[in-house]
Amino acid sequence: MDFSLNDIQEMMRDSASKFIQKEYDFETRRKLSKSEDGFSQKNWELFAELGWLALPIDEDQGGIGGTVLDTIILQEELGKGLVVEPYFPCILLGANLINSFASDEQKEALLGPILEGSKKITLAHSEGHSPFDISQIKTVAEKTNNGFVINGKKSVVLNAQHADELLVVARTSGNTGDKSGLSVFVVSKDHPGLSIRGYETNDGLRAGDVTFVNVTLGAEAVLGTLDDAFGPVQKVLLEGIVNLAGEAVGIMEKLVDLTGEYLRIREQFNAPIGKFQALQHRCADMFMEKEQAKSMLYFAAIETAKQNDDYEKACAMLKVRIGNAARFVGQQAVQLHGGMGVTDELSVGHYFKRLTTLNAMLGSRDYHLNELVKSA
Amino acid sequence: MNIDLTEQELAFQKEVQDFFANDFPKDIKDKQDKGIYLKKDDHIRWQKALYNKGWAGINWPVEHGGTGWTATQKYIYANEAAKANAPRIVPFGLTMVAPVIFTYGNDEQKQRFLPDILASNVWWCQGYSEPNAGSDLASLKTKAVRDGDHYIVNGTKTWTTLGQHADWIFCLVRTDDTGRKQQGISFLLIDMKTPGVSVHPIITIDGTHEVNEVHFEDVRVPAENLIGQEGQGWTYAKVLLTHERTGIARVAESKALLASLKRMVNSDNDQLMNMKDNAVFMTRLIEAEIELKALEYTELRVLSAVSTGKAPGPESSILKIKGTEIMQLLNELFVEVAGIYALPYVPEQYQDGFEGDTVGPRFAPKTSATYYNNRKVSIYGGTNEIQKNIISKQVLGL
Ligand SMILES: Cc1cc2nc3c(=O)[nH]c(=O)nc-3n(C[C@H](O)[C@H](O)[C@H](O)COP(=O)(O)OP(=O)(O)OC[C@H]3O[C@@H](n4cnc5c(N)ncnc54)[C@H](O)[C@@H]3O)c2cc1C
Repeated sequence: MDFSLNDIQEMMRDSASKFIQKEYDFETRRKLSKSEDGFSQKNWELFAELGWLALPIDEDQGGIGGTVLDTIILQEELGKGLVVEPYFPCILLGANLINSFASDEQKEALLGPILEGSKKITLAHSEGHSPFDISQIKTVAEKTNNGFVINGKKSVVLNAQHADELLVVARTSGNTGDKSGLSVFVVSKDHPGLSIRGYETNDGLRAGDVTFVNVTLGAEAVLGTLDDAFGPVQKVLLEGIVNLAGEAVGIMEKLVDLTGEYLRIREQFNAPIGKFQALQHRCADMFMEKEQAKSMLYFAAIETAKQNDDYEKACAMLKVRIGNAARFVGQQAVQLHGGMGVTDELSVGHYFKRLTTLNAMLGSRDYHLNELVKSA
Repeated sequence: MNIDLTEQELAFQKEVQDFFANDFPKDIKDKQDKGIYLKKDDHIRWQKALYNKGWAGINWPVEHGGTGWTATQKYIYANEAAKANAPRIVPFGLTMVAPVIFTYGNDEQKQRFLPDILASNVWWCQGYSEPNAGSDLASLKTKAVRDGDHYIVNGTKTWTTLGQHADWIFCLVRTDDTGRKQQGISFLLIDMKTPGVSVHPIITIDGTHEVNEVHFEDVRVPAENLIGQEGQGWTYAKVLLTHERTGIARVAESKALLASLKRMVNSDNDQLMNMKDNAVFMTRLIEAEIELKALEYTELRVLSAVSTGKAPGPESSILKIKGTEIMQLLNELFVEVAGIYALPYVPEQYQDGFEGDTVGPRFAPKTSATYYNNRKVSIYGGTNEIQKNIISKQVLGL
């Protein structure tokens, strides 16, 4: 048994925590978030240099060959900085799917520029009625003589407006609910018939709704193999859950710290409010929630990295445990800051908001708990 | 034990329903139903509609133009208002400062201020909290020094809700810092247009401008604006808190929220997850409903004690705690129903005049803003921790 970090993990943690400390204080982050694009392309190129973009990509594709055990370490640090660059959607989902599912030719063509930081590809899987279970999606790609025609709508696609290309999950055969008959298409964002309505999200990041009206594609647009996308996409989404949980743990670490600091300096009734036992216990509860969440993160990350039989269940358990912890820690951090907690000025509220959106992504705590109950 | 409505009460209920059907301005109702943010003028027009009906002074004595309603009538009114999706009454004038004025003000002050409050001609805000006096309100430092027939006020008030619209502010100020800190506090009314008063916005986590910091720099306030005795402000403010407690549980609003939540769940919107078949979610929703029903009866018990002459005691802190917890839980369940459509931040679609397609189902993106904004309800009006201190000390004797 060994929970210590290996060399790569240490390196990732160090480089990320240095970056956040030196170049990503909260005010810098606020400015980036409010800027036109909502993030910095310069930072993105720096991420490439630091090897972060290459982290989950196979070595024979020019990557580092890391697993979720490595990416969660990075995610924890990025969470602490509330980083707005699209690392999760473009690398941990998009590039990850290309890496695991694309043909050799496609990998060759797509991964190079992604790892350099010059191209972004995001994953368009989610639909409002089914943000996690892709077997339920309604977007359809109909076969024609020389290719496919896509119709449908994808909801809240992370950084859709910044992607050069989108990986669009669509049904190519079978019926709603079938695991077979799903395919992924590589579609340029300028493709005729594709339109993106971009917006800011509540956590200060960006996403968009993507509509497809008779988007006509050649057969070469199919990523990997036709009709076989369920397994590979599902795996990327489950890894996504683990990676989001990594970010959530980083945020909770930060919130526990910030709240402790505040209780030491804020005085009411002639004493630091941290002297009040009610608040001491609340903080102790926050700390325990965070630790339990972190333990669950490591459990699910190990199961996922090894692709153990039950890893899918482990990921659902993780989403539930993280959801519970994030709700408690986020809400209490705000509460213990009093009025300051609900201001836009303080970072606490922004960490809280990010935790809330993390819960909604890839199936909420209620969704996954219900799935666990159904299969118990 | 009986909660049936009498015939008169049923007739009253019908009258309230008719009022909301006919006299509640249609455009304001429409905004409420669409989740559009109200403007200052909307609040005023709605409150004036109430005034014209003679219903603005719900907790006021009849002699000052109040309704003189019984507890049951207030209960009926609150439920119908919530069902009609009426805006909350901005409390600072009608609910907060008026009772202090009609209880402790002199005749001249009553004549000068009450009619305009009742008619919503003048917008008031509340200047209690300071950067360093929140839960420990009695440690407030804003100073009022007597200078002839004026007070010179210096200091900073904060979290002043809707102070940007206000004509007047009622303040707790320090007129003496020698004795016990509760003793040197006075209750002073200040015209916001007086030189030296400045209002600075504070943006909250939902991105809206609802609260402010108000600065006072050598502000000259006529001594006639002092309510009651110098040094008695703390006592008056505590009485005001009792008035504030009426309706603080916001049961009627939560009932309306719950009903609307159930409608969402049953709407079969194809952009939303099917929540009906999610037993975990439905369990939370039903538990919220059970808790709310219990709270409704807790509130009725408190109200009935009040109507038989007892003042609401410290046990009414339970109304504040449970009421806000339930409301916050309902807000959270809305976010859950909105699913990933809780993510988009599109405030423009909740501004007056927005036409065009909404991002996601109309109600969905705003669920987050409401959830975030309402974290305040367990913080303001005495935090829930402070309320628990009250219960444990004053009710349980610990
Ligand atoms: C949106 C909003 C609107 C408001 N509107 C107004 C307004 O219009 N006018 C006005 O005057 N004020 C207003 N307030 C101020 C509000 O009343 C204060 O925020 C509140 O009293 C708490 O004070 P604080 O924010 O300084 O928190 P603090 O008092 O600093 O409290 C911080 C934390 O410590 C806890 N705490 C403090 N003391 C104790 C204790 N003894 N035991 C256990 N826990 C304790 C609190 O519960 C809280 O969790 C508003 C606040 C908000 C957020």
